[in-house]
Amino acid sequence: MRKPTPDFPLKTSVWILGLSPLGWGAWSFFSDGLGANPVEALMHLAGRWALAFLLLGLAVSPIRRFTGWGRVIKVRRLLGLFAFFYAATHLLVYLGLDQGFAWSFILEDVVERPFITVGFTAFLLLLPLAGTSTRGWIRRLGRRWRLLHRLVYPAAGLAALHFYWKVKADTSWPLLVAGLLAVLLFARLPWGGFRKKSGARKRGGLRRDGSAPEREAGRSPLGTVGRLLEG
Amino acid sequence: MVIRKPNEIRSSEITPYEVYLNRRKFIGQAAKLAVAATVTPGALAACDFGSQAAGAVPGESGSLLAAEGLGQEELTPFEDVTRYNNFYEFGTGKEDPARSVGDFPRRPWTVRIDGHCENSGEYDVDDLVGRFPSEERIYRLRCVEAWSMVIPWQGFPLKDLLAWVQPTSRAKYVEFTTLYDPDQMPGQRSGVLDWPYVEGLRMDEALHPLTLMATGLYGQTLPGQNGAPIRLVVPWKYGFKSIKSIVRIRLVEEMPRTTWNISAPREYGFFANVNPEVDHPRWSQARERRIGELRRRPTLPFNGYAEEVASLYEGMDLRRWF
Repeated sequence: MRKPTPDFPLKTSVWILGLSPLGWGAWSFFSDGLGANPVEALMHLAGRWALAFLLLGLAVSPIRRFTGWGRVIKVRRLLGLFAFFYAATHLLVYLGLDQGFAWSFILEDVVERPFITVGFTAFLLLLPLAGTSTRGWIRRLGRRWRLLHRLVYPAAGLAALHFYWKVKADTSWPLLVAGLLAVLLFARLPWGGFRKKSGARKRGGLRRDGSAPEREAGRSPLGTVGRLLEG
Repeated sequence: MVIRKPNEIRSSEITPYEVYLNRRKFIGQAAKLAVAATVTPGALAACDFGSQAAGAVPGESGSLLAAEGLGQEELTPFEDVTRYNNFYEFGTGKEDPARSVGDFPRRPWTVRIDGHCENSGEYDVDDLVGRFPSEERIYRLRCVEAWSMVIPWQGFPLKDLLAWVQPTSRAKYVEFTTLYDPDQMPGQRSGVLDWPYVEGLRMDEALHPLTLMATGLYGQTLPGQNGAPIRLVVPWKYGFKSIKSIVRIRLVEEMPRTTWNISAPREYGFFANVNPEVDHPRWSQARERRIGELRRRPTLPFNGYAEEVASLYEGMDLRRWF
């Protein structure tokens, strides 16, 4: 057995957080706790947690930048993969339970309903990010890996729009998600807010030109879906 | 106008009230029988104990009658009917109303009837309801969000009430208003819709024998989350037309401005007839999920009541007047 690293508590917390919606959903499903429309309830559960983990993943860089808490980077890949996991679950519930794999209806939905088109596009954008999240792919792609993983920005934007377009009248949650996303994206801009003087930069934060030191990518055991989250 | 008489109903298709009240018991027995005789889809159907047709139309005596050709559709369980509701006055989540309804509706509850009619006035809801003989109707309810239920309502036809209030010749539409009382209805503290909720019907729609003023469901007084003490039920229209917790009925000359139409005119029309051919701008209306079922089923024109109501809209472009 490997010795627990200093990151053990943080990583464990993310694992627990990441698996609890799944556990809750499964438990509710089998105990009739999902209400009168369990398919809709599962779809919403997965969709909301996909958004939540996207936001958490996107929060890593700003947290590092403004607090100097460098270790938080170690859970970025995990957060990104949980986002992908719940997005995939959301899509599968839609395809299988909601639509019963009726492909003609699904195709019509994807092509004709803008809110489904953007949701589906967001998922397609996340697909290569999850697929290239291993250390091997990071090495293979080199600089192009970081470029590729910038796809997370349009993916998150489209996911937020998908949520906004879906609701009938009560836009408070979608607007909150969009607002948080805007804050997280703004915080990445070179002029977005103040920059912590010491800390972040010394511990492998961004350089003045906005790029991350190369050594970090090689060194971090978890460099990942997340890495692309860094821009 | 001409009101077409529903088809003659065979007495063999009448389901006694007690049978549907005890439906679960019967279904349980049917299931056991079916299991004992090896489970096949036909075994359950052959038992024909508790299944219900949702094409019920009123008979002379107000008994439950099943229309022909609509197939057998089961009632949505009472539990689901009373815990899965769109009633934004009590929150925008489907389970919010059942949770936050509290002691609503508080009495006294007054219904104001005014506009172009002879018998305008303010009426206590219990006195008003007591004037009209109550009957049971099993109707499909199709939500604009593409889910549906089958609900046994109690109430009286709106046409009975209209006959009593005597609209004048200037009355072309009926406008309904929900209570506005943020104290009882916490959802009204948010500006998510333009309160109070307003709905309306054209006079011929209001006079149609299928149009019901409901005061109960499943043989019980209407629960708060389902629109107590009195609500409208228009089974061939999307659910949002069936306004809940009514405090005002007004006979008007102009087409009323209705709440969802004000909120999103491109998405919710005044007529809002269930129509699988005309999609909501954001989702398909071709199929629906019946609560309690996994697979979607096709949505029927006018929610399966085309034979009774399609004539009301003859010559109208239903794509334009959605």
